[in-house]
This record gives sequence, structure tokens and C-alpha cells, in this order.
Amino acid sequence: MAKELTPQETLRIDLRPPKQDWMDIPVNIKEGIYCYPAKPEKIECVDMPNAHKWSPVEEDWGLPENWKEIFLEGFRERLDKHRTFKIFMDICVRCGACADKCHFFIGSGDPKNMPVVRAELLRSVYRGEFTKAGQILGRLAGARKLTMPVLKEIWYYLFQCTECRRCSLFCPYGIDTAEITILGRELINLFGLNINWIQEPVCNCYNTGNHLGLLPHTFKQNIEFLCDDIEEFVGIKIEPTFNRKGAEILFVTPSGDVFAEPGIYTLMGYLMLFEHIGLDYTWSTYACEGGNFGFFTSLEMAQRLNAKIYHEAERLGVKWILGGECGHMWRVIHQYMNTFQKPVDSLEEPISPITGTKFENAKSLKMVHISEFTADLIKHGKLKLDPSRNDHLKVTYHDSCNPSRGMGMLEEPRYVIKNVCNHFYEMPENTIREETFCCGSGSGLNAGENMELRMRGGLPRANAVKHVHNKYGVNTLACVCAIDRAVLPASMEYWVPGVDVAGVSELVANALIMEGENERSVNLRGEEIPGRAPKEEEAQEDV
Amino acid sequence: MAILVSLGAVLAIVVIALIGAQVGPLQYLLGILVPYAAFAIFIGGFIWRVVYWGKSPVPFRIPTTAGQEYSFPWIKRNRFDNPVKLWEVLVRMFLEVFAFRSLFRHTRAELRGGNLIYGPSKWLWLGALMFHYSFLVIALRHLRFFVQPTPEFVKTIENIDGMLQIGAPHMYLSEVMLLTGLAILLGRRFFAPRIRYISLANDYFPLFLIIAIATTGILMRFLFRVDIVGVKELVLGLASFHPTLPDGIGAMFFIHVLLVSALLAYFPFSKLMHMGGVFMSPTRNLVNNTRMKRHVNPWWTPPKFHTYEEYEEEYRDLMKEAGIPVERE
Amino acid sequence: MYDTGKIIVGLAIFVGLVTSPIWLNKGKAAPKPSPKLDTPAIQQLEKKECVESRQFMRSTHMQLLNEWRDRALRKGERRYINKKGEKIYISLQNTCMKCHSNKKEFCDTCHNYTDIKPYCWDCHFIPEGRKTWASTEGHS
Repeated sequence: MAKELTPQETLRIDLRPPKQDWMDIPVNIKEGIYCYPAKPEKIECVDMPNAHKWSPVEEDWGLPENWKEIFLEGFRERLDKHRTFKIFMDICVRCGACADKCHFFIGSGDPKNMPVVRAELLRSVYRGEFTKAGQILGRLAGARKLTMPVLKEIWYYLFQCTECRRCSLFCPYGIDTAEITILGRELINLFGLNINWIQEPVCNCYNTGNHLGLLPHTFKQNIEFLCDDIEEFVGIKIEPTFNRKGAEILFVTPSGDVFAEPGIYTLMGYLMLFEHIGLDYTWSTYACEGGNFGFFTSLEMAQRLNAKIYHEAERLGVKWILGGECGHMWRVIHQYMNTFQKPVDSLEEPISPITGTKFENAKSLKMVHISEFTADLIKHGKLKLDPSRNDHLKVTYHDSCNPSRGMGMLEEPRYVIKNVCNHFYEMPENTIREETFCCGSGSGLNAGENMELRMRGGLPRANAVKHVHNKYGVNTLACVCAIDRAVLPASMEYWVPGVDVAGVSELVANALIMEGENERSVNLRGEEIPGRAPKEEEAQEDV
Repeated sequence: MAILVSLGAVLAIVVIALIGAQVGPLQYLLGILVPYAAFAIFIGGFIWRVVYWGKSPVPFRIPTTAGQEYSFPWIKRNRFDNPVKLWEVLVRMFLEVFAFRSLFRHTRAELRGGNLIYGPSKWLWLGALMFHYSFLVIALRHLRFFVQPTPEFVKTIENIDGMLQIGAPHMYLSEVMLLTGLAILLGRRFFAPRIRYISLANDYFPLFLIIAIATTGILMRFLFRVDIVGVKELVLGLASFHPTLPDGIGAMFFIHVLLVSALLAYFPFSKLMHMGGVFMSPTRNLVNNTRMKRHVNPWWTPPKFHTYEEYEEEYRDLMKEAGIPVERE
Repeated sequence: MYDTGKIIVGLAIFVGLVTSPIWLNKGKAAPKPSPKLDTPAIQQLEKKECVESRQFMRSTHMQLLNEWRDRALRKGERRYINKKGEKIYISLQNTCMKCHSNKKEFCDTCHNYTDIKPYCWDCHFIPEGRKTWASTEGHS
């Protein structure tokens, strides 16, 4: 944050809008809110146009002379390609139902963060440039021409939307701000205005297969390090395979889990779970990213990054694909992938090799969510579990935006958690399930330089956690999203100190009774589990 | 500003009609030509707008899922908030169109002493529902002017609507509800700071226009009586393409008709097209079966991506060193 | 995915509904009513004029009748002074129906045409002993 605000200072939020008309308030691009621009080489790396150096706070953004033409041409093209865009530009009645549904508005009070106004930023240009009424009546019809200040304003607020779709839930016509943001971001990417926090992972993912740019050997090594940790903490030696042809299942998860805490504990959870049930699966160092920052750039970029999963599944000859815990990854997989990619004939309808369950809901795409997979295992009694190992945890569950509003996976993770933890508490009903709040940093806004924005956007989620923290002593926030795991710890530390963030699979593995395991006196984080101190000193050295 | 201009525009329509109604030949214009033109614009414009939308494909299936997905038989799914079958999505659409399901979810977020509180807030839903249903009832009741003999269901509606038998002619419940609904909707725009902030002339104008239509309609019934037989003769003439212009109908009727004509002509070019749009919104009218069934995007192009071959070419040595199997040694 | 078929069906339903009056009328306007004013009582009148002007009676008779009912029955007043200053005896049977004794040819023609069911005859006798309801007779 530019100047560190205390939570008390951040909480001074006025949700009442100013008297002045929003069109009369020029955009003020603030430090702590905006993200740094994409580095030119990261744009060139995926052949996107107009890579150049620029800064949002400078007057001149270094755009090509015909930027207006490019923007409007791109606008028209997208209107012709997406019925959603046309309808969402035309039918908003400004009823205001969405206004206080956005975490960024609630956390900042910035009236242009009301979803309706954020969409009006583009809609006003649509009216002013494309409709007769707007051209004749101008301001009176809520129309304006595209100018540089208008573009800057659009840009600024396109990166204050996490595409979480909460507003869309409450809209009487289902107007989806995420869709408007997606297409709006496509437009500004026509002349190189992406942010680096999105563009660099895109470039990395394109080349190395993952957002972090881990090279094949590093990717493998990182997972092997985690296997070492498992050996140390659990006493089981796991030897996962990579790029193995003939495996039954290809496993793909966001690369954040390979690399950063607390995601790595979730990844250790996957490893232990698969070992426990003896799953015939392989990792891939090529298709090693479930997440898809291309989705935050353009649908075309999302398609290009997503293509690797099927491509690799076909090459390895697997039967079906299992996907790890990730939010927007599952929006892309669930709602886009089956349209993005041509079907792969060698894939088969997914059947759990352990329980024999047919995953009916994935029979065409052939890709199953780890929580669906695990819930099925538990239901069939295929996991030996000791939930009391998680007794020191008081757990609540954060629905990620995308699995809830872009898929509807609400019960499976809850079923899993309730089977591996004895103390589970729901947050207030307006903040969970389909009404869940975003972590505040989704859609590629989990950078460091926009920390004020992230903390403000994270307020509604954190506030609901605080409620159960105070009421029930909740100390663990479970989630099924890599971005959640990356950003919620900061948000918790800021708003609700004393709450840890954990992936659902981490909780599963902690409760898992594995054959040949040690006394499990420490959890996957290497922390002693209260009340389970080792009986003998050697217990931990038992290799 | 937006308020004044919208109000001014509606008053201008009233004044034009008032003047026109006094001049014989202009009555022909106001009573026959303008309604015909407005109706033609309404239908033509409506079709044009829907076709304009329809020309763009729905490339991706992006329903907003508002409940548990279809997964295992032992997990209770939410059929109507997360439909996978056609009839389920039809129910979802029915609830959306006829019960304003999404608006019913409406809550109000408030920050109190550092705590966010979400309270139910049904005023918008209630106002919208009152307004739309009473408008529908009133439109249907008007069929008695358009059709001879009056269809039975119109009589039934009329009987229920006028069951209080207050005054002569009877006061209709729908009249009261329409004005109440409009008052709620307009009141929000006036007094709720956030709604006032986002309101445009495009929002005030239709509200004022419909208030004016309702007011002239009510005035015509109770205060400035017009010759109903003449009105029916004119309207029936319009609806059967044998337009006639009876004498002495009364000015209030012409004001009412010009206002309605304005609404009809304005409709296709305004936000009022949400009437058609709500049926075509891809976040509501699609089933959530994207992993069960492949959907085709008409403008699909094959992705240009970094293939495995290229990848191995770049990293073969590193992969071999790390013991990762490769295609070509 | 265009769903052209569904859109066309939807538009057809819309157009069908909003133009339904045109189809229901089959292009023919029902003949306008011509209430008969040729009762013996009216023919004997020197000045053929009702209690108020023709224009007023056409548009506003129902409000006048309502007012008369309230005055006569609720306040016991039987005297109405019209716009010309003439005193009129308030009575449906003895004033109105004295001239307009031909309910069927007079009242009912317009009421049927505009499909209005006045509740006069809920209480009053229907003249000439016919106790049928105006509009049911007209439509059945």
C-alpha cells in the first residue's frame, strides 16, 4: 500500500454517492488501487499487439494514433460475436439491485464500483458511438464519446472487477458484469494495456506451461520436495510420476499449489490421497497449469492456454482428467473448455477406478473436480479417516466465486469437510454458497502494488469470517481455490488475525489414515497437532 | 436536469395533444394516424431489436448458477436455480419473468460499527411486481375497447379488478396498484441516494410517461368524462382497419392516446426492451450442462498454442536430466 | 448457437398477442350502437332534451345517476337543479325511465357495445317485467 492504512482507517467507508454526476468526476488513478502495466516483452511473447512501455499515472499512454478506431472496431466485432454483449449493453434499467452487491463497492464506497456504473462506463460509449439516440441526445441519453480520459476511466475500473458474478445473481435480467469486464479487457488488450500481473503469467504459461514459469525439472523437483516433507511428517514415501504415458488419469492443478504456502499443503494432500487409494495417474510438466490467466486477458488467450490440457491428455493416452482445487480454472473448464477445444477421441467417460462411480456430469468433457472425486470416495467408504486429528481446527468454508456461480459445486466440498473435520461452522447465509463474496483479489488482481484495493475488496469476505471467528472461535478458512490460498492469508492477517487458510485437500490428508504411516503427531505444515505429541522422541525420525 | 427534461418532454406531449384535440383535422392525426404509426414502430422496432440481438450468436454457455449442480444422486441438486434439463430452465425462466426471482433475492448491505450486515430488502421487488402486474391487467382490460364482443377472460379480470365497487364508474384495484408501484419506483430514484446517482433521463422519462398515461386514464374515468361509446367506436375502428373519428369524444382521450403512442414508439429504442431481453439473457436461459454436452461456437477457430513438440524441443535436455520421459531422445 | 427457431417462435407469439385484437375482429368493426329515442313519451315532448345536455349525458350519466342515488336514498333529497337552473325530481323510475322506457333499445345498446354492466338493476325493477341482465342478453 502506498501509505499503509490501518483496518480502522480502511473501514471509514461512505457508501453514499457524491452529489455530482459521475460523468463529471474525472478519473483519479490512485496508487494502491491500480496494477502496474504489462512489460512489453511479456506481450510480445504471446504475439499480442502494441507492446510498449507506459504508465497509468502519466498523461500519455503511448497508444497508436488510431486507438479510437481500434477500440470501436473491436467493440463492434464483439457485439457481433457475443449476444450477451449486445443485450447487456441494451437492457439495463438501472434498478440498482446490483449496487451494493459488489465487494469492491462495499469495501471502497467508490460509486463507480457499483456494478451498474462500472458497466455504464462502457455503455455510455456504446450509446454515444453506436446508437442514434445517444448521438443526438448525448449526455441526456447517458451517452458520451470515447476520449482519452474516458478510456483511462474504463481501464481503471476494468481492473477493479474480479469477474465474480455476484452482481449477476441479483440482476433481474442476469446482466453479468464479469462478461462485460472480460470483453472490456479484450478491448484494452487490443493496444497493449494489460497489467503485468496478468500478462507475465500468461507469457510464462504459454512457454513453460505454468504461470510461475517453472521449468520442467523445477516443477518436478518442487513436487519431489513436497514428497520429502510428506515422508518426514507422515512417514510415507510417495513417488509420483511425470509425463507418464498409459496412466489412467492426468492430474492438472493450478501451479500456485506447487510453489507457495499454503497451497503446497493442498498439493501434499492430493499426493497422499492418490497414494492412499492407489490411483493410476500422472502429472504433466507440459500441461501443468490448471489456472488460466489468459481468461483475464481475452477469451482467445484463455483458449490458447487451455488447449494444452487436452493436447497432453491425448499424447499421454489417459482415459480422463482430474482437476485440482482452483476457482477460475473451473469456470474455464466447466463453461468454456468444451466449446474452446475439439473433443479428444481417445478420452473415455470418466469412471472412478476406486468406486466405479460414473461421473455423469462430466461425461462429455471428461474432466472431474477433485472435490467431486473425493466426495464420492468418502461416500463409498474408500477413505480411512480420523477427523479428530483436525479437532484443533474450527473450520468455515469459503465458496469460491467461480465454482459456485459458474458451476454450482456447493455441497461436495462441504460434504468432504464435514467428514474430515468435527468442527465446521457456516458463515452468514448472505455471504456463502451462490451469494458468496470474492476473496477480493481474483481475476488476476492478486498483485502486490494494489494492496489497498485487495484489502478493500476482501472486506466483505473477511467480515463474514470475523463473524464466525468471534462467535465460534473459527480459526481455519477452508477453500478450493489457488488464488484464495494465495490472497486470503493476507486478507485474514489484515482483517481477522488468527485465522489460517487451508485447501480442502489439505484437511483431507491430515485426517487420512494411511497404511504404514507414523503416529501423525504433526500436520502437513510440520506443526504439532495439539494432544498428539509423540510418545517417543524417535517417532519423528522413523524413516 | 435529467428529471426536469424528462418531465418537460412528457408535459410537451400533453400540451401538443391538448391543442391538437381542439382542432378538427388534427384530431384525425392524433386519433388515427399517430396511433397507427406508433403501433407500427412498436412492432417493427421490437422485431428489429430482437433480430439485432439474435444475429449475434451465444458462443459460450455461461448460465449464472444459483444453486447446487447436478453431480451425484445422493446430493440434492437445485433444479430451478441450476437447471440441466429444458423443462427446468423453463421453470427458471418462468420464475424470473413472472415472479422476478432474482430481484426477490435483493438484500441491503450496511456497514455498522465495522460489521457488514445484509438485511432483506423487498421494496424494489414489491414495487416492480405491483407495477408490472397492474400494467398487464390494465392493458388486458383495455381489450374491451379493441375487441367486440369482449373476450370472457377480460370480463373476469374486470370483475375481480373492480370488486370493491367503489364509486361510479368503479375504481379498479389495478389503478391504485399501478400508481403505488410507480410511486415506489420513482420514489427510489428520487430519494435513495445511490439510485438517484445512477438514474438517467432514460429512466425518468418512461416513469413520467407511464404516470401521465395512468393519470389521464383515471381522470378520464372520474373527472373529465369522455364519450365511451365514441371511444370504443374509434378504437374498434382502428383495430379492424376501418378507422372512424366520432364527434365529441373529449380532449382527455386524445392526450391519453398521444401519451400511449409516445410510449409505444419509444419502447423499442429504450431500456424498456428488457421485456424482450429478459427472455434472451444467456446467463438465465441456458442449461448448465457444459461438461455433459459439447456446445459449438459458430466463430470457433483452432487455438494457436505452444504444442508439446515445441515444448519438448525447447526443454528436452532439462527434461532428460530430470528423468522426465521424452518423445525423442 | 443462435437459437433462431426459438427466437422466431418467441417473436411470433409476441406479435400474435399484441395484434390479437386485429385477428379477433376479423377486420370488421362491430356496428356502433344507435340507441332509440322514439318512445311515446319522448315523442310527446316539445323540447327533446334530457335533464342535462346531450354531450354531458352521453359521457357522464353514470356519475349523475350515482349522485342521484346517494342523494335520494342516503340523504333523502329528491331535488336536482340542472345546469340551466331547472328543478328535476330525482328518480330513476319516474324521471329517467319515464322517457327512456325502452331499456332494451336504449340503455342496453350502448352498455352491450362497451360491455358495461351497470348495477342499477341489482335493486331496481327492470322495466316491462324483464328481469334479464342487460349484457347477458346481449351476448348469449
